[in-house]
Amino acid sequence: MTNNGQRTRSFLRAVVTLAAAAAIYEAVARSGYFAPALLPTLPTIAATLVGMIADGSMIEHAAFTLYRVMFGFSLAVVVGLPLGILMARFRRIEHFVLPLVSALMPIPSFALVPLFMLWFGIGNTTTVLIVFYAATFPMLFNTWSGVRSVNPIWLRAAGAMGADENALFWKVIIPGASPFIITGMRQAFLRAWIAVVGAEMIAASDWGLGWVIFDAKEFLNTDVMLAALVVIGAIGFLFERLVFGSLERATVQRWGMMRAAKG
Amino acid sequence: MRTILPTMQDVVTIAVTGAPERPESTGGDRLRLIARNVFPFVVVGLIWEIVAWAGVFPHRLFPPLEEVALTFVQLTISGVLLHHTVETVLRLLSGFALAAVFGVTIGVLMGRSRRAEDILLPLVSICAPVPGLAYAPLFLLWFGLGNFSAVLLVGFVSSFAVIFNSWTGVKAVKEIWVRSAQSMGADDRRLFSHVILPGALPYILTGLRLGLAQAWRILVAVEMLAAVPWGLGWLIFGAREFLNTDVMMAGIAVIAVIGLALEKLVFQKIENYTVVRWGMVTS
Repeated sequence: MTNNGQRTRSFLRAVVTLAAAAAIYEAVARSGYFAPALLPTLPTIAATLVGMIADGSMIEHAAFTLYRVMFGFSLAVVVGLPLGILMARFRRIEHFVLPLVSALMPIPSFALVPLFMLWFGIGNTTTVLIVFYAATFPMLFNTWSGVRSVNPIWLRAAGAMGADENALFWKVIIPGASPFIITGMRQAFLRAWIAVVGAEMIAASDWGLGWVIFDAKEFLNTDVMLAALVVIGAIGFLFERLVFGSLERATVQRWGMMRAAKG
Repeated sequence: MRTILPTMQDVVTIAVTGAPERPESTGGDRLRLIARNVFPFVVVGLIWEIVAWAGVFPHRLFPPLEEVALTFVQLTISGVLLHHTVETVLRLLSGFALAAVFGVTIGVLMGRSRRAEDILLPLVSICAPVPGLAYAPLFLLWFGLGNFSAVLLVGFVSSFAVIFNSWTGVKAVKEIWVRSAQSMGADDRRLFSHVILPGALPYILTGLRLGLAQAWRILVAVEMLAAVPWGLGWLIFGAREFLNTDVMMAGIAVIAVIGLALEKLVFQKIENYTVVRWGMVTS
């Protein structure tokens, strides 16, 4: 009960804070101290956002961005997950892949954007590959350390109870590594989401939320910029909370693995 | 829930660093270790050379490695590369310093005072999930092209990791420690400097580490967008105009080296310091 009261109070205070912040912003924007083109009022931003959603352009931009991020992210999972498992299971593969990965990983994905632009041109291919590059490493590393960190007692117990390689893999190793794998996916998506916006800005294709923001700068359309920012933030937040949150609840928490992950 | 992410990352880094280094290895072992680490690069380099010389791709777009090396040496001798590197590192450090100062202050404030938490948390939670680079055009409009915007943006974006971790860290200080210090007559200042700060330090350091990594990841792109006169990001981006793929690759090589140095010299030092000294991350 007290917990509940605490929560409503926190919620109320958050609302009050945000309302106050909005009011201050609105007052500054209307004061005419800054150029209205640079600091649009909140109703203007909201009107732009609604208008762009209504005429479908914002939805189309979001669809392009989502397509690129999902494509690159799926590619990263398809490559990173098996490779991570292989690295953890076979020493030889680990010895070959690990030095390469350690050398490539510190290179920020954006550093490769100009190179990829030269190689693959402007547009989808470059963006998808940048997303893929950014998302693969968290996926790979978390899978690798997840499989390695499976409790050896579980393996021996399963082996003693007569589990064959196949059963060992699907019934023990994969569930055991799943907290790490899901964390890896989460991090990979976060990186992918950052990468897609940046890649769209630099490798200026003609659709996508990152491109909208960057393009709006040319024409001082700060309202369009802020509207796109809202959409980007909302989509990222939605994915983080809804998709990965429910994925976690459906798998790891149900299997009671979360405490093992915390160590 | 928020603390589990950095913890996972820690495990990852420890696993990586723990594997190849073994102090009690003899000379022969070390040689074999070096050979084993070099071998993959030789294979990839060979494949690269073959593809470059076979002429599958245009020569300008896919230069052989010796050409990249030559460009690298030339740029180094002329001092151009060094100038770019220094500018980039300075920008990284000043942006990160901003994030560290403001991030830790805000985070600790949020952890200590309920009112500050109520005021700041909604604002921070709204700004944090937006990918940092999305703010770039906005910052460029408001603060103009160039250095100031770039540093400000890097600081702004990397401060969120610092804020969240400092906040969590202060909140994670055990209530018993605080109460026992108080019952032993510690005043507010001593409580803060002797109990809360040391207790929260592992988290704060993790936050700083994540913040620095984030600053590094975003800085290169910021340099491309903000049209700064010097900087590795700008070097790479500018080379594209003239199809100077070799210059580009040389720039990327320097970026990789700085990234690796950050990883090995800074992050792992911090990691060892926290893990070893406090034994809190692994417990």
